[in-house]
Amino acid sequence: MSYIPISDRDKKEMLAKIGVNSVEELFSSIPENVRLKQELNLPAPLSEMEVLDYFTEKGKKNDFSRYLHFLGGGAYEHFIPAVVDYLSSRSEFVTPYTPYQPEVSQGTLQAIFEFQTLICQLTGLDIANASLYDGATGAAEAILMGYRLKNKKRLLVASNVNPQYREVIYTYTKNLGLEMVEIPYDKTGKIDQAGLTASLNDDTSVLLCQSPNYFGVIEDIRSLAELAHNQGALLAVVISEPVSLGLLEAPGKLGADIVTGEAQSFGLPLSFGGPFLGFMACRKEFVRQMPGRIAGQTVDVEGRRGFVLTLSTREQHIRREKATSNICTNQAHCALRATIFLETLGREGLKKLAWLNLQKAAYAAEQLTSLPGVSRKFTGQVFNEFVLEFPDCWEKIDKKLQEKGILGGLALGHHYTGLENCALITVTEVHNKEKIDAYVQALKEVLA
Amino acid sequence: MINLIREPLIFEISSPGKSAVRLPELDVPEKKDLLSGVPLRDDIEGFPEVSETELTRHFVRLSQMNYCVDFGFYPLGSCTMKYNPKINEKVAAMPAFTMGHPLLPEDLVQGNLELMKFLEKLLLEITGMEAITLQPAAGAHGELTGMMLIRAYHTAQGNPRKYVLIPDSAHGTNPSSAHLCGYIVKEIKSNERGTVSVEDLEKEMTEEVAALMLTNPNTLGVFESDICQIADIVHAKGGFLYMDGANLNAMVGVARPGDMKVDVLHLNLHKTFSTPHGGGGPGSGPVAVKKILEPFLPVPVIEEKDGRFHLNYNRPLSIGRVKSFYGQFLVMLKALAYILTLGPQGLREVAEVAVLNSNYIRKSLEGIYHLKYETPTLHECVFSDKFQKEYGVSNLDISKRLLDYGLHPPTMSFPLIVHGALMIEPTETESKRDLDLFIEAMKAIAEEAREKPELLKTAPHVTYVRRLDEVQAARNPVLRWEKTS
Amino acid sequence: MYPENLYYTKDHEWLKVEGDEAIIGITDFAQKQLGDIIYVDLPQVGKVVEAHQSIASVESVKSVSDVFSPVSGEVMAVNEALSQTPDVINKDPHGEGWIVRIRIKNKEELNSLLKAADYEKYLEGLEH
Repeated sequence: MSYIPISDRDKKEMLAKIGVNSVEELFSSIPENVRLKQELNLPAPLSEMEVLDYFTEKGKKNDFSRYLHFLGGGAYEHFIPAVVDYLSSRSEFVTPYTPYQPEVSQGTLQAIFEFQTLICQLTGLDIANASLYDGATGAAEAILMGYRLKNKKRLLVASNVNPQYREVIYTYTKNLGLEMVEIPYDKTGKIDQAGLTASLNDDTSVLLCQSPNYFGVIEDIRSLAELAHNQGALLAVVISEPVSLGLLEAPGKLGADIVTGEAQSFGLPLSFGGPFLGFMACRKEFVRQMPGRIAGQTVDVEGRRGFVLTLSTREQHIRREKATSNICTNQAHCALRATIFLETLGREGLKKLAWLNLQKAAYAAEQLTSLPGVSRKFTGQVFNEFVLEFPDCWEKIDKKLQEKGILGGLALGHHYTGLENCALITVTEVHNKEKIDAYVQALKEVLA
Repeated sequence: MINLIREPLIFEISSPGKSAVRLPELDVPEKKDLLSGVPLRDDIEGFPEVSETELTRHFVRLSQMNYCVDFGFYPLGSCTMKYNPKINEKVAAMPAFTMGHPLLPEDLVQGNLELMKFLEKLLLEITGMEAITLQPAAGAHGELTGMMLIRAYHTAQGNPRKYVLIPDSAHGTNPSSAHLCGYIVKEIKSNERGTVSVEDLEKEMTEEVAALMLTNPNTLGVFESDICQIADIVHAKGGFLYMDGANLNAMVGVARPGDMKVDVLHLNLHKTFSTPHGGGGPGSGPVAVKKILEPFLPVPVIEEKDGRFHLNYNRPLSIGRVKSFYGQFLVMLKALAYILTLGPQGLREVAEVAVLNSNYIRKSLEGIYHLKYETPTLHECVFSDKFQKEYGVSNLDISKRLLDYGLHPPTMSFPLIVHGALMIEPTETESKRDLDLFIEAMKAIAEEAREKPELLKTAPHVTYVRRLDEVQAARNPVLRWEKTS
Repeated sequence: MYPENLYYTKDHEWLKVEGDEAIIGITDFAQKQLGDIIYVDLPQVGKVVEAHQSIASVESVKSVSDVFSPVSGEVMAVNEALSQTPDVINKDPHGEGWIVRIRIKNKEELNSLLKAADYEKYLEGLEH
């Protein structure tokens, strides 16, 4: 089974037309010495039934469904309405290429245009691109964009930005002679303002922060923007849990210049980490430094509205080594899912979703901290994630909780010294009261 | 049907109070003033409000404006628009794979890790390479990762080197990726056969050159027959041979990059290995390398010990992460399902029929469309509009006219070394009937170019929208909907 | 077609000398090759350039072209009108569509530039 519709008879006719005797002859430009002399050493072909069985068997080795989990940290479990799967899995959305022929790609292009609009509405900024790979590469692209705009080598990254995002930023910037400085956090869990002021000077292109940050704490974007702008730097804000934007003021309205992040929360399953969905928005005047594709509105020869990919001279296929980014294929289908998700929820739905997350997390935090020896590590206000400190090393507690079928949170000790007794706990709308209470009960037993 | 309806933007059909979902009521005691002092929004200005019926019709109508592989011939050169098997989608939608949080304890995701490790092993066999990372998100991301590996190696030897050589026929991502990795790009000229000029390469290859980035077969569909000699020239000066695997479909099962002395290779699972393009992603761009570069691979790497799989982060020479988590996991599953379905013979047949189909088109259109390079080609062929230019007809006009015939046009204006290029890659997916439909349409269009050039210059005529004003789109960018009061 | 009082380059820039300064733009041939111009990336006033260095770039929908300074000098002024109406270059490439004004550092560099007749001859050669 190779999904090949050419029969032996077709082959003969086609070879005759081409004027060769065998398919082998068509490969004569490949030198004999590098041609395979035998078949590839791969498993024998499977039937569709066998393929299904194979993956079903391997799937059973993923032994997580019997656990109740409270994990987040950049990947969130949210409810996905049935229409999202149903509509997004149509062939017409799944099997086209990038919309390079706009006349026969209006579906994809209009959906991108709607996605860009939704991202602008959420972030409070003027323009958004069609997508980036994920939140981590989005953060790296934001840093590089800030550098192109300001042309100063110093880049500030808050240490309470998702550690994986910081690692990717470091991988991207270290070959370019840029100076990345990490800014400490304080007891609120937010960026330490004294530490920031000490590092922020007029050789700084951009300050990158995350809100809610990796500790779940909401940053004071307005004052960070002011501090950055006073030194002539830009403020880039990373959002890894964009459901929060249903409640929190749009960062663009608080002074952020670039907002980037991860939109997996909008209708994408956890999928062991991918595919996810990076997004980016910025102020209008920065559009020529924006990475990635952008859809724009125009008219056809009859004056009817239509959409095209535009401002392409920023991109690699035209500007080559001078392009704003090397990105080509992005996450278009994931952006489509997010568009359907957001339009399904709509104005009131997203607000309510955010409110449910906030309330449930607050309830969980309150219940968990009512147990002896358990307390909030940071005083800053949170959305749907929070850090708790336990009387013992988290890894020990985690292990005991797992024995009770609870995955209670993410360890922080690997990335932050001094937080060995702490865990990052995430609560979303998928956690009903019963589940939260089950966690509290289990922890109570573990600590007893 | 869709041509009868003009579908508005969702924002234009929105009306207050509608919703397409009901969320559960709060089942814990509500707390007031949770976010006091934090700036909150009163509203999400402009956000749509529609019912589920309206939403469904909106997206079904949008979908009907799209051309797709499941509808018809899609001969975009260098894009490998092959059929996307449905079993792959089914596999990737299994809850055992979609529900897993990426930071679950390793013990609970042994299935995922085993599948990834197995895919790695199969890809290594297919490519003849020695180590691999699945982390990069797409082809260009793979290129960047590959160049970072090379830079990390050279840096470890004491000199990252300055230059990367790239042929003038290369895809734009190659120079862009090299630049993003801190290198200066030097272009290598193509010779009269359309392949890399070995003389030019010898002249440019110095000990300050980190690597040569080569697409093979190249963007003309021509196999670089001097590949081993090219590799020797690059290796003699301590450089690496990077191969862009965008065109691997032409030789899968027939020849392996690893046997051609290639040091680094990125794959596009969304090309060769049948995962859908999704209107522009997600893709997946694994990078395979020779042993010498293994220590530099991104973290984490998957290791197997006594039948258990483990993520190793402790790799001091690693370039670090290029993406969060482990890559486009669901895309990997689709590629794995494809390889398991095809098996070794099936994969070889892919290359054979892809090359057969391309040569059939080439032979059928020779003389009708201009072929700049006479060199034999594999999976794709590049014609130009030179003959039609005589009647004032360009490759753009030809492409737009194809839309009226219900066919998707080839890649246009690329590679840059062919003016007015029409780059045709049929892939193994097409039946002889579909190939003939395309050939007949191309012949008819050549005839029309002579007889009624205006018909082409004003094409397309029967699509949902006709030719769009890209100049206006770029001069006065409208990049989002805004409420007009 | 090509004004006698301008100098030209093989990269299709023109240069008009006014005292110690020079006005620089792209030729009619160049604007035709590019097609509809949608954006001009202008330099900062005060920027110092060497001859043959990129001083600005001109974009159409699907291409970007560098504008190389025919001579060395310092940018004294840029044509601000182009940021709003870049298509002036299409309409009047040798006049209203000027791009930058620079102070010439070394007048001897002018000797290596083409006169109108030479440029026209050069263009004829390109068309064959």
